[in-house]
Amino acid sequence: MDKRTDLPDAIASLQDGMTIGIGGWGPRRKPMALIREILRSDLKDLHLVCYGGPEVGMLCAAGKVSKLTYGFVSLDKIPLEPWYRKARENGTVSVNELDEGLLLLGLRAAAERVPFAPTRVGLGSSVPEINSYMKTVASPYDPNDILLAMPAIPLDVSLIHVARADRMGNTRSEGPDPFFDDLFAGAAERVIVSAEEVVDRLDQSDAEDAKKSLFHRGLVDKVVAAPLGAHPTTSHGHYGWDMEHLKLYGATAGDTAAWAEYNDRYVAGGEAAYVNALGGAEAILKLPIPVF
Amino acid sequence: MTREPDFTLSELMITAAAEAFRGDGEILVTGIGPLPRVATGLAKLTFEPGLMMTDGEAFLTEDPVPLGAKPEDVPGFSGWMPYHRVFSTLWSGRRHAMVTPVQIDRWAQGNISCLGDFARPKVQMLGVRGFPGNSISHKNSMLIPSHSKRVFVEGEVDVVSSLGFSDARWPEGMRRPEIEIGRIVTDLCVMDFNGPDHAAQVISLHPGVTLEQVQGATGFPLLRAADMGETPAPAAADLEIIRRLDPLDMRARAVKGNPPGVRQAA
Repeated sequence: MDKRTDLPDAIASLQDGMTIGIGGWGPRRKPMALIREILRSDLKDLHLVCYGGPEVGMLCAAGKVSKLTYGFVSLDKIPLEPWYRKARENGTVSVNELDEGLLLLGLRAAAERVPFAPTRVGLGSSVPEINSYMKTVASPYDPNDILLAMPAIPLDVSLIHVARADRMGNTRSEGPDPFFDDLFAGAAERVIVSAEEVVDRLDQSDAEDAKKSLFHRGLVDKVVAAPLGAHPTTSHGHYGWDMEHLKLYGATAGDTAAWAEYNDRYVAGGEAAYVNALGGAEAILKLPIPVF
Repeated sequence: MTREPDFTLSELMITAAAEAFRGDGEILVTGIGPLPRVATGLAKLTFEPGLMMTDGEAFLTEDPVPLGAKPEDVPGFSGWMPYHRVFSTLWSGRRHAMVTPVQIDRWAQGNISCLGDFARPKVQMLGVRGFPGNSISHKNSMLIPSHSKRVFVEGEVDVVSSLGFSDARWPEGMRRPEIEIGRIVTDLCVMDFNGPDHAAQVISLHPGVTLEQVQGATGFPLLRAADMGETPAPAAADLEIIRRLDPLDMRARAVKGNPPGVRQAA
């Protein structure tokens, strides 16, 4: 069994109009090498589902997104993702703006293959109005317990960045918080993993290392070696986010010529050229993981 | 003889904000933004030792992490609180957050989503984030660094992100959960929504501020609480803790112009 492949082959397996889940959280553990490969492709009309970071803005800047389902889209120190903001204010994408917990519940329902998750979250707020597909359900045990029926969010594919992976699709994720990568994996028909390091076998790991696996290999369809592939977001165990680069990218927001220049300089030439444009691997590996 | 004021407005606000957590006991507290975060630490270190708080990421700490701490200054961890536990904790009600909505209305509803029409916002903001789930599940307090009619709006907030006491959006026949709004600390006063029928009321004015001034900066009517007084000045021990929790003086930039805590009479 060998699930290893390269970026172009992995992205060639995607199609226009797909619903794509993206792991990570804001500017943390985003599969940016896979995202840049989408930017280099002809893919379009994508529906992204995520706790969004720069991947959302970049794909919006490139006109590849028709719909967004999100708990937020933020670069943390830059609280509002700049190209996402433009996409919203220009009305170029349709959105399902969810409470952060509702996104979790929708993914979990999809992963468990049930049609909805009952919850109080969202009731009394504008959430059911701005997501007019949402319905309520009365408890069969007490009709006065009315709950929001958060619909399952099934995904065609999820893209998830990990620290290490092997040819069978076993993975190890580093960092203080697993976020919801397990649910993005479970809610998807298939998973494409990008990894800082791909090895032949992880199956001789000790118990502590094996606990760093957030989802089992049966969910994983493709494994792509992508060293530095989360930059400019944090890859725990390897490098921190690159806030200067995120600012540089963010400054292109709303300016198609500036975005085209960014794309030419950093994206178009492939991952090796990307790393060179940033001053080499050593410069990226020196980026500190931030403390809060 | 009165002493020269020796504390800033942001320090007064932190001390007033810490009071929001009095009596909370052993629950998770989350102060979002520099002043609320220092306020949670001050409450824990002075009168609510049971409070649980995180390092700002995924671990619980008994010693509040100072703002701007270096990795080597982060204390040891007492437990793990990744986001999936944050959600299960907050949905169980065992949490109190202090947040800064962009708009607040007379029903105590808050908005951080966008301004204008949701379909085509005039100004996109953060989105509703965790506000709907937080506000239906646990108590929320607010800290507002610039008290104005732009924040405390005349009508309803543009997108109801956090719940208050409006009847407008509940499904018919639903047994409603109790909504808990704690303190609203601003640069002018401390308010709550504990007036008759959850009306907003001023519970203390910051030194040198008048009720007329606060009303003039608020888009809806305010009541004067029966025992309204002056917001208490921070004690010397409070100031010492505040300075320890914010060694880089980030609080100085949290309120425009970093004014003194006792305003000069006009």
